[in-house]
Amino acid sequence: MFAKKTIDDDTWEDLEDALLKADFGPDVTDALVTELRGKVAKYRTTDPADLQRMLRETIEERLAKLDSTLKLTERPAIVLVVGVNGVGKTTTIGKFAKFLRNYDRTVLVGAADTFRAAAVEQLATWADRAGVGIVRPQMPGQDPAAVAFQTIERAKAEGTEIVIIDTAGRLQTKGGLMDELGKIRRVVEKQAPISEVLLVLDATTGQNGLAQAEAFIEHAGVTGLVLTKLDGSAKGGFVLAVQEKTGIPIKLVGQGEGINDLTGFTPHVFAQKLVG
Amino acid sequence: MATFGTLSDRLAETFKNLRTKGKLSAADVDGTVREIRRALLDADVALEVVKDFTATVRERALGDEVNKALNPAQQVVQIVNEELIRILGGSQRRLEFAKKPPTVIMLAGLQGAGKTTLAGKLAKWLAKDGHTPLLVASDLQRPNAVTQLQVVGEQAGVPVFAPEPGNGVGNPVKVAKDGVAWAKQKQHDVVIVDTAGRLGVDAELMKQASDIRKAIDPDEVLFVIDAMIGQDAVATAKAFQDGVDFTGVVLSKLDGDARGGAALSVASITGRPIIFASTGEGLDDFEPFHPDRMASRILDLGDILTLIEQAQSAFDEDEARAVAEKFATDSFTLDDFLKQMQQLRNMGSIKKMMGMLPGAGAMKQQLENFDEREIVRTEAIIQSMTKAERVNPKLLNGSRRLRIAKGSGMSVTDVNQLVSRFEQAAKMMKTVAKGGMPQVPGMGPIPGGGFGRGKAQQAKKKGSKSGNPAKRAAENAAIATGVKPGVAAPSGSGFGLGGAPAPSEEDLANFQKLLGKG
Repeated sequence: MFAKKTIDDDTWEDLEDALLKADFGPDVTDALVTELRGKVAKYRTTDPADLQRMLRETIEERLAKLDSTLKLTERPAIVLVVGVNGVGKTTTIGKFAKFLRNYDRTVLVGAADTFRAAAVEQLATWADRAGVGIVRPQMPGQDPAAVAFQTIERAKAEGTEIVIIDTAGRLQTKGGLMDELGKIRRVVEKQAPISEVLLVLDATTGQNGLAQAEAFIEHAGVTGLVLTKLDGSAKGGFVLAVQEKTGIPIKLVGQGEGINDLTGFTPHVFAQKLVG
Repeated sequence: MATFGTLSDRLAETFKNLRTKGKLSAADVDGTVREIRRALLDADVALEVVKDFTATVRERALGDEVNKALNPAQQVVQIVNEELIRILGGSQRRLEFAKKPPTVIMLAGLQGAGKTTLAGKLAKWLAKDGHTPLLVASDLQRPNAVTQLQVVGEQAGVPVFAPEPGNGVGNPVKVAKDGVAWAKQKQHDVVIVDTAGRLGVDAELMKQASDIRKAIDPDEVLFVIDAMIGQDAVATAKAFQDGVDFTGVVLSKLDGDARGGAALSVASITGRPIIFASTGEGLDDFEPFHPDRMASRILDLGDILTLIEQAQSAFDEDEARAVAEKFATDSFTLDDFLKQMQQLRNMGSIKKMMGMLPGAGAMKQQLENFDEREIVRTEAIIQSMTKAERVNPKLLNGSRRLRIAKGSGMSVTDVNQLVSRFEQAAKMMKTVAKGGMPQVPGMGPIPGGGFGRGKAQQAKKKGSKSGNPAKRAAENAAIATGVKPGVAAPSGSGFGLGGAPAPSEEDLANFQKLLGKG
């Protein structure tokens, strides 16, 4: 679309299509196209290359509005990881633990996903790979809040710097399960302040991502987003809408199954990847 | 999504000024098509599918085939609904079993789509049907996927073939092959092979999946896809079709609030039918897929067919007629009121039922606030009355009311409220029974008021896939209002053209009031 000589009606249509295909959703797409039309008119350009640059800058600018630094200054710094089923919470925790180990921080993970079959074992495998400790539930189906409690207790006793707590995946429509998250949060907060609540979002998710974010923010007090599975063909454009509507920044990006495939979020790189 | 309201509402808005006209002009249609396009994009239908789709709808809406009995908005919704059903595969398809057992079923999909959980659900479902399934753990990639399958197998009461520990160890192709051989030997008639989740772009893993397919020659290859997936559904589905060539699709996580546009995208792009839908975390939350119902969900028209079916099984037609009789003759008593309420409870969770109503997406909050125990409390109050009091509520003086309040553990105010609600309902129903329109504040005009007919139509309609939204709306209204006050009351005119009456929040509040929230 940017290879043509001048900007014409087709260019705008192609641009709209491209944005929609990247899961930006009809609202954000309309807003972006309108903004770009304005800019193109203002600078009186007809060069598609200019449009491409403006698009990249516009997206980058919008994404960069929020501060994407992780705040892990408390000791222990407690990180709660939440999300719907199958977005890659456990994998993200494994990678995140390794990420922190690379900076020589001591890490303890808590396997508070006591619901899904073999979730604890899955986390244990990741903890092993990352070389961090794990607190397991004492019995299957134990109250996840209890596991979280024990994890923090142990972290305090051992002087561990960062605690990451895995939770069971839950769809945002399940009221009871969302309340359970609230309980985990309350139990943890009694012992120590929570530094970050990370909501894991799957890049392949469509417009439902916004509904997920809103529900989890309400029940779990999300402070940051993690976008996973960006190594596939999905662009994850919906995060722009999520970030703008909720005011919660994207903090981490997962792009592969390897233990080192987790990086901090940089708007520039993300926009570059989206637009080319 | 909820901010926009339902497609039918939006279309009704677009056509507000056209009510008196019977025909659609090209300009009207273009405006409408844009609305549809937006609604579909909001529901995560793939862009190219949306384009094809809107082109077809436009053509049909401008054609001569439009139904003269419907208003323009309804016509368009009807066309859209029919087209959706057509793309989604028309009727249901069942699993195909091999003539010579074992039937081999292979599962494939992205990571986190829900394959392993689905394997357990499918196994349990088949076992319930008298089959003897075997689960084969060919996902040796994800940490502890094998363990997960073993746990799931145990929960489902189905044996699991897992010779390799997983976590990257072992050859999945060999495991799959051995699994099928093992099933033959042990005379299992169905083999379900769980494979590793993979990205569409991962050539190596895709090759592995296709190798597994070649090795075991499955009768069905089911592609498991998350109902929440967005535009990437196209790329993923194509990659899997090229890579493993699936024979059917399973839509997972349909219990969320995603509108499931992916279903439409996948069905339209690959031409493969959707066979099952997975609707929860329990092993029993699994059902055959109904294309017509999915169409309504994508458009947020509500799952009215399911609702009607449930209503049909819960309501006893003779009883309904008897009640109608009572209304007409003014002998409706608190006893009947109680019976009605118990019938209502038979329909299952009211929250679930109301969730199926069109436009309910916007009323989630309200639904959450609805307390089903209110019905139990109302029951308690009525059951604390004497026979005579139930027949003739006029008997209820202050001291009787106090006794009832004490007997039911409620306050006198609650009793008073119930009695006044009952009187209102009885009065309203009497009006209906006499052929008039009930004046229920907030309920809006009830199209056609064809209560008696609504019921008859439902009976006839069972199984028919009429995409006629007006008819459905009328039936819906019949249920929404008829739920409490009885269904069959003879009344006039054919179903009206009053527009699709999606219940507003006010309606819901009213419904709650009737049910006892006060």
